[in-house]
Amino acid sequence: MAVGPAFDEIMGTAGSRQPRAALAALGDWLDTTDSAELRRRQQSAEATFRQLGITFAVYGDEDASERIIPFDIVPRVFLKDEWDRLSEGLVQRVEAINLFLDDIYGERKILKEGILPNDLIFGNAQFRPEIAGMRPPHGIWAHICGIDLVRTGPDDFFVLEDNARTPSGVSYMLENREAMLRLCPELFRQFRVAAVDSYPDRLLQTMKSVAPEHTGNNPVCVVLTPGHYNSAYYEHSFLADSMGVELVEAADLIVDDDIVWMRTIAGRVKVDVIYRRIDDDFLDPLVFRPDSALGVRGLIAAYAAGNVAIINAPGNGIADDKAIYSYMPEIVRYYTGADAKLPNVQTFRCREPEALQYTLDHLEELVVKLVDGSGGYGMLVGPTASKDEIANFRAALVAEPQRYIAQPTLALSTVPTLVEQGLAPRHVDFRPFVLTGSKGIQVVPGGLTRVALREGSLVVNSSQGGGTKDSFVLMDNGPSQSQAQS
Amino acid sequence: MLSRTASSLYWLGRYVERADFIARLVEATVRLDVLSPRPAGEVAWGSALAVIDAADAFKASGANLTQQSVARFLTLDTSHPGSIVSCLDRARNNARAVRTALTRDAWTGINRAWLIFDGRSSPGGATATMNLIEAVKAETRGFEGAIHHMLKNQATWFIRLGQAVERADNTARLLDVKYHILLPAGETVGGVVDRDQWTTILQTVSAVTAYRWLYNDGLQPANVIDLLIARHELPRSLAASADETVELLSQLAKRTGHHGEADRMARARHTRIAKTRSADIIVNGLHQYLEAFIEENAKLHFAIGRQFKFS
Repeated sequence: MAVGPAFDEIMGTAGSRQPRAALAALGDWLDTTDSAELRRRQQSAEATFRQLGITFAVYGDEDASERIIPFDIVPRVFLKDEWDRLSEGLVQRVEAINLFLDDIYGERKILKEGILPNDLIFGNAQFRPEIAGMRPPHGIWAHICGIDLVRTGPDDFFVLEDNARTPSGVSYMLENREAMLRLCPELFRQFRVAAVDSYPDRLLQTMKSVAPEHTGNNPVCVVLTPGHYNSAYYEHSFLADSMGVELVEAADLIVDDDIVWMRTIAGRVKVDVIYRRIDDDFLDPLVFRPDSALGVRGLIAAYAAGNVAIINAPGNGIADDKAIYSYMPEIVRYYTGADAKLPNVQTFRCREPEALQYTLDHLEELVVKLVDGSGGYGMLVGPTASKDEIANFRAALVAEPQRYIAQPTLALSTVPTLVEQGLAPRHVDFRPFVLTGSKGIQVVPGGLTRVALREGSLVVNSSQGGGTKDSFVLMDNGPSQSQAQS
Repeated sequence: MLSRTASSLYWLGRYVERADFIARLVEATVRLDVLSPRPAGEVAWGSALAVIDAADAFKASGANLTQQSVARFLTLDTSHPGSIVSCLDRARNNARAVRTALTRDAWTGINRAWLIFDGRSSPGGATATMNLIEAVKAETRGFEGAIHHMLKNQATWFIRLGQAVERADNTARLLDVKYHILLPAGETVGGVVDRDQWTTILQTVSAVTAYRWLYNDGLQPANVIDLLIARHELPRSLAASADETVELLSQLAKRTGHHGEADRMARARHTRIAKTRSADIIVNGLHQYLEAFIEENAKLHFAIGRQFKFS
């Protein structure tokens, strides 16, 4: 792998044998707990996940459908001041995303002022002209954002991707914590770790806070799923369950006179807020894809009439599009009046001739991604790619440059991870979850750490064989006081 | 509650109950085949197939009528919709669709039952088959236990309603088929094989000891019929299933505020069974009685679907 030595979240500088000062206790724990014991606990966690059916489906996988995501027992840790800085950056970014969406589907000042090229919006498959002029209740678009981050050094966090449509993974954040509490309680005695289990309550509050204004005191909220064959179905049911709301499929909803109802055994019940886990394309066959069987006829009309809140708002894809991503520093500055506290990874937009040329000249060093790809599909990791793969990508780039962006291969931070030979550093990324309601923005102290289990690999996607870890956010910068005294 | 959810819960109840019943049927048949003084062999396995109306499907599969192949057909055959694994698969799909309405215990119960069959291709010999059956029964018992620890609300009532309707059907079929076709040619009524076969019926519904408690009179077919049809104390009797159906429907009516056709049918059936005497049934034809019961039960099933807007 051509990437240089990487910062380690626990050990600090690459190759260090001593953990970072604040994490000495974690270093001791790793030293004194032998691999066999760690492995036993890890297997116990995975057996529980299998029993609970915490699974995801891998698209295109022959042997059907169900796998658990490998779970790694060694947590990644954020010190308090690291987290505080990250949170500020996340709040700023999500604020900008919301203002951007409101503008793009409204007045379009950012285009009029020439900050963004028009065709980047109007020629973009993620832009939904059907939504233009509609405004969600309370003017909030991106209620739930998952912002993918990577780290390359003590102070170097970069945003890799903004997920403002239907980011998933929050169930793993919660289940991984449950597993750690059960299997490694000693760690929680040594470190004061911020709790993540308030997430469902916060989500429900967020949903209720953005109900249409004329709704009563107790708005009816639901989670809309494509159904139990969807890869993230476990998460959908988990969230509905932990919020105590109905998990509905499109066939359970009916729109009548611009009002959304659900069919129950005792008749129809009016629905006020829908957390949809269905893409825009399939949401309403009258407005988007007419062949969608997953959609609800008339839903968008009900939304336009202001009778229902849809979370996240339709049309959000334009904010997490990879072509728009490269303009995010400008977008943040335009809407918040300040430089982005969380920088982007340097990005070459292949639609621009110079950037394309640079990309073609440096394919062996770059990561090239489809603008509208996700889940690690349709990407080239230059340093590990074969000659054939590079040749294929070169042809594809020349044919349709506007579909691609390229980024330098970063030395992603590592975390000690239990592999066959024992503990070894493996690259990670991180997805925190940011909630925006009518009463403000909040960052849940935790998130989903994904880990590339193969040595040297930078691909952490679960669909590409990545695993997950618990993510500790410390409430102070070191071992807890009570522990120090005992 | 969503109509779709109610429908899935009801079917979940039916499929778990069916899987459990087939497990008991296989167990009883293995016993009859292996333990009786003269192995009943083919006839026993043939009648096991007849109970669940699967004789033709088995024949079409081309396999011979042996313990091994029938046991495989009834337990592991994924192409046969009436096998235990197929029932559990459908139960699990329904459970997944309504996970939010189930407790963790209830869901893991059904998921664990399903996992028993993961990667398994043969039921093995008699002992291995019995072990497999024992595992299935343990998990379905666990599921049933979990159901009884759920909130006493609509979710629980719909699952139990499915179970009650399915149970009535299973018991009626068992009694009907065993009574009519079990005895091999040349065997006399009241002979050894005959007696073993009546014992098998009791074993299938877990009622051997119950029978001894209630009837101080050796094994009499008329008593077995009385027990399985009219005794409210036996949880798998037609009378007990009818009681439970009425009770569950009235709980649901209280909660939703709607009575309907299903309530009326269930109450009418309940009243009629209460007046039934097993001697009269035998005089007028047990087979006719059971056939009518099964048909009526199917009508009740459809009425339930209409009443709660299952689609």
